Amino acid sequence: MLEALEGSQALARAVALCRPQVISAYPITPQTHIVENISKLVADGKLDCEFVSVESEFSAASVALGAAMAGSRAYTASASQGILLMAEVLYNIAGSRVPLVLTCANRAVSSPLSIWNDQQDSMSVRDAGWIQLYCADNQEAVDTTIQAYRIAERCELPVMVCVDGFTLTHTLEGIDVPEPEQVDGFLPAYQFSRTLTPTNPISMGTLVSPDFYPEARHSHHQALLNAATEIIAADEDWGEVCGRRYGGLLKTMGDPEAKTVILSMGSVLGTLQASLQEYPQQESIKLVQLRCFRPFPRQAIQQACAGAERVIVLERALSPGSGGIVGNEVLAALSEVETRPQLFNCAAGLGGRDIPLDIVPRLLDAASQATPGHFQILDVQLDKLPQEDR
Amino acid sequence: MLEIRIHGRGGQGNVVAAYLLAAAAFEVNRYGQAFPNFGAERRGAPVTAFVRIKDSPIKRRNQVQTPDFLIIQDEALLHVPGVLDGLKPGGGILVNARQPISGISNDFTVATLPATGLAQKILGRPVPNTALLAAFLTLTDILPLDALNQALGRRFQGKILDNNLALIAEAATQVPQAAWADLQTEVA
Repeated sequence: MLEALEGSQALARAVALCRPQVISAYPITPQTHIVENISKLVADGKLDCEFVSVESEFSAASVALGAAMAGSRAYTASASQGILLMAEVLYNIAGSRVPLVLTCANRAVSSPLSIWNDQQDSMSVRDAGWIQLYCADNQEAVDTTIQAYRIAERCELPVMVCVDGFTLTHTLEGIDVPEPEQVDGFLPAYQFSRTLTPTNPISMGTLVSPDFYPEARHSHHQALLNAATEIIAADEDWGEVCGRRYGGLLKTMGDPEAKTVILSMGSVLGTLQASLQEYPQQESIKLVQLRCFRPFPRQAIQQACAGAERVIVLERALSPGSGGIVGNEVLAALSEVETRPQLFNCAAGLGGRDIPLDIVPRLLDAASQATPGHFQILDVQLDKLPQEDR
Repeated sequence: MLEIRIHGRGGQGNVVAAYLLAAAAFEVNRYGQAFPNFGAERRGAPVTAFVRIKDSPIKRRNQVQTPDFLIIQDEALLHVPGVLDGLKPGGGILVNARQPISGISNDFTVATLPATGLAQKILGRPVPNTALLAAFLTLTDILPLDALNQALGRRFQGKILDNNLALIAEAATQVPQAAWADLQTEVA
């Protein structure tokens, strides 16, 4: 049944349905009200769970790590500077290979200070060794959160569910919150295989000499690559339960034979779909929603772009001094195919800049003027800048 | 699809008004979407929120640039640059004001409601949002008033709910029923 809910309200209920035993969070800016809503559920006795309010995001991630190592199903959420402050612990969580789910309510990173949406925060920790899933709408965010626990627990890897801040977290829309029985059937009670317990002592996170460090890294890398199977399976199996599927690693929309592909991640996919309807183009266009960024689905992207003459990658962050992040990885993936499409790469919607309804014609226009491979930030008003920065 | 932009000041319940209006659409099996244009909020600062209402799911997430209607929670905001930007010709502006307003533009239809006074009288607090929503639905007839009451009932309870329901009933009598119903088909 559709309920009118704010994204963060729905996410709080989705987390509660997963029956976490420990939730830790730093409740102050840049926190969203996901954890505030969860704390209400705990206070009202609707969720039996240890809710730990901590003094920083570093501690929030540390408490979640400790709880997961001690065998609890754990959760935390953050965004922006909070994710950066967690960074050291995020690497520890992933390197320790513990199952954990974190919602990143994607926001820009300082400086300059911005509270608004882009995806620089989660992109900055893309190499931490977490699975990263990006959601196009709040329904997908709810369903992905539930899938994330199963993926995390089956792969013994942490999952970051990336949900565009404000654009999704603060938007009220129709959301079907699953029934508890549906989630319980999909997500049975879990016992972490390496639970810290005095009866069977083990060491975790100890010093690893050069004799073993590369093997540890190889194993972690391989585990992430192998996770793709579980990500697809979780989407398929949860689809059996609730009737909603999101394409596993990525989702394609529009004309399958199109020569132009627009690839992006997150909530902009909705505006891209509406843009295609409002501004019909002479050429047919295929949209690709990259849902899973880590592990990076090289083959799925190659298949999705097969037959395309050009691929436009629209992203919500950048690597200053290099250019697009998603774009570079897509370019690398497509360099392996025989007839390689041209790639145009741009970033838009940085720091909350509105991505307008005419985004598709704007992208096509920018692509027709740009040199292939060149990266640009869309919609930059150069006259606001000193001459040397233009 | 109808698009509505709500202008108010921090503390006037701008975002809640947007959420209630979108939520009311679901009460009659239509679809709604509402989101704020957040800034660094503080009491009294101008704030904006957006609402869409449609008969099918809403995909787009861009800000509402060409609204069909404006709801202005503070008359003084009419003088803030940009407040009327993009309003469709023939569009309606509902203003929280004690006196009728003239001289905005002949392109638009303007109605007023002394919402702060009504809220002060019935709620005991100068929060004009639900009174304006009641007047807006009465004028436009886009959703039944009962849908607003039901949406309110899912969010509030007890005395706050009862007082707001009374305020809604009172505010609905202050504007002409369905006076903007044709306006709506014209702009939408």
